[in-house]
Amino acid sequence: MSTGFQDLGLVHFLGDPTIRSALWIGTMAAMLNGVIGVFAILRGQAFAGHALGDISSAGGAAAVFTGISALWGFLGMAWLAALILSGLGLKRAGERDLVTGVVLGGGLGISALFLYLDATGSSHSGATVSIMFGSLFGIPGSMVLPVILSTLSGLLLVLLCYHPLLLIAADPDLARARGVPAGLLETLYLLLLGLAAAISALTVGAILATALLLGPAGAALHLAGRPAQAFLYAAGIALFCTVTGIYLSYESFYWFGGTAWPVSFFVVVLVLLSYLLAAAWSRTGTVPGRPALHGAKR
Amino acid sequence: MSSPTSSSAMEEQNAPHLLEVAGLQVQIGGRSVLEELDFHLDTGQLCALIGENGAGKTTLLRAILGLQPVRQGRIRIHGKPASEERGQMGYVPQKIAFDPNLPIRTRDLVELGLRGSHFGFRGFFGNTSAAVAAALAAVDGEGFADQRIGRLSGGQQQRAVIAHALVRRPRLLLLDEPLANLDFRSTNTLVQMLGRLVREEKITVLVTAHDMNPLLPFLDRLVYLAHGRAAVGDVHTVVQDAVLSRLYGYPVTVLHHQGRILVLPEDPRRGMETACPGHTETDHGETGS
Repeated sequence: MSTGFQDLGLVHFLGDPTIRSALWIGTMAAMLNGVIGVFAILRGQAFAGHALGDISSAGGAAAVFTGISALWGFLGMAWLAALILSGLGLKRAGERDLVTGVVLGGGLGISALFLYLDATGSSHSGATVSIMFGSLFGIPGSMVLPVILSTLSGLLLVLLCYHPLLLIAADPDLARARGVPAGLLETLYLLLLGLAAAISALTVGAILATALLLGPAGAALHLAGRPAQAFLYAAGIALFCTVTGIYLSYESFYWFGGTAWPVSFFVVVLVLLSYLLAAAWSRTGTVPGRPALHGAKR
Repeated sequence: MSSPTSSSAMEEQNAPHLLEVAGLQVQIGGRSVLEELDFHLDTGQLCALIGENGAGKTTLLRAILGLQPVRQGRIRIHGKPASEERGQMGYVPQKIAFDPNLPIRTRDLVELGLRGSHFGFRGFFGNTSAAVAAALAAVDGEGFADQRIGRLSGGQQQRAVIAHALVRRPRLLLLDEPLANLDFRSTNTLVQMLGRLVREEKITVLVTAHDMNPLLPFLDRLVYLAHGRAAVGDVHTVVQDAVLSRLYGYPVTVLHHQGRILVLPEDPRRGMETACPGHTETDHGETGS
């Protein structure tokens, strides 16, 4: 890297069409996962969010095998699992976690099958790594527009249902007493969770999708003093981690003599660091409305 | 006000009650929880809904809110089906335990009382601060308005939810076991507050309770539930040996002691085992599952 410290190679960085696609998709994944992740944590559905990401790997693997676009593969499988979970309509947290675990097991089984079929087919030898751990620099430019449109639709839906979703997160009984259709919103929310998981899987991989969903949202909840702040902080932290991760991965090519380290590694490490910093910060007791932590999460 | 006395008295009689429950039957899982329940409430009354565990108190509140399917009968608010008049009702559930990590302050929860059912963008516009401040003042909650709801004491969380219910200025406030788990002082504070809402704001308050005694200073009306049926009236007409014995189906004695009321089955063991067939002490319907 010889362009000097002043511009950090940004011109070169932004001039690359692969990078531009990666930045678009990363930005969308970050905003959607930050916002949806906050609801997932508030509703006690962190595990469901994690599971949908993992299960989407089955769709990703099937997409490679059948030759359809990876986005629709991830999304199709995540939505199938989301509909199964919402169809079972489970209310008690323990039962919900149990069934989520069972569905997760089934999904990973399907994933194992298609990853095996992909691996034995000669032309898809790198499929396992890219599905599980992401290949942001390998995404075709044609996928950018569908990702942008589905993310913006998802965010718009969240905005339209913002107050009822927040009231359900605070207490479902209060929401039902107000005539809020809690069952319908549960299904909508799980579909949005599936969308977030699918786009996250595309960005950092199905296995690591959970990091982008839960890490920034968890960090934001340590810092936020009021509801709207939590969503803005989460989207902001996710955006910072993703964009910085893409940049560091791009630059690492020059640091390590021609071997770039994966984007997913940098993004996930930054997410972890953000979470740890936020948690440490909240322990100092300086967050408004939030005295120093002393209790467990739930 | 200027109309002749006779016609205004006529109007008074014909005007629909604030809450009217007529011929109400509710079954849960094939078991009859409420059978043929009739009562009405008028504006500015404090009414206690008394009964043992499983008597159907929560079921009745949920039926009024439209959350519990009704087998037969009708529930009306000002003469209109209650399910269409949800905006007139505020509800304070029994189990309140907010997650300490919710980034929601007391004033945010109260504001959700106005905006929590708003879809679309209208929930983001309009100034709610005056209404929120008034509701917080009504529960004496200004002191914890900016604290997270999950970090309040149980009594404060309850007052936050009451403010959440009051902010829309409902005509009917339903509280499920608000006195359970409150110490003596908090109980007094809450009862005084409910009395103020009834007398000054003319809100009608329906409270479920095991024990009617803390409510006696403000109690206008009593709905005493047992075996799916109810005895209704003011305290003195309902809480009598003959009335409650008929309701329970076995002899009951009412004792008055220094302004407090004790309701005793004549022989509790005999009463439970033989004189009261069909009455089981299950928790069914009470937890609002």
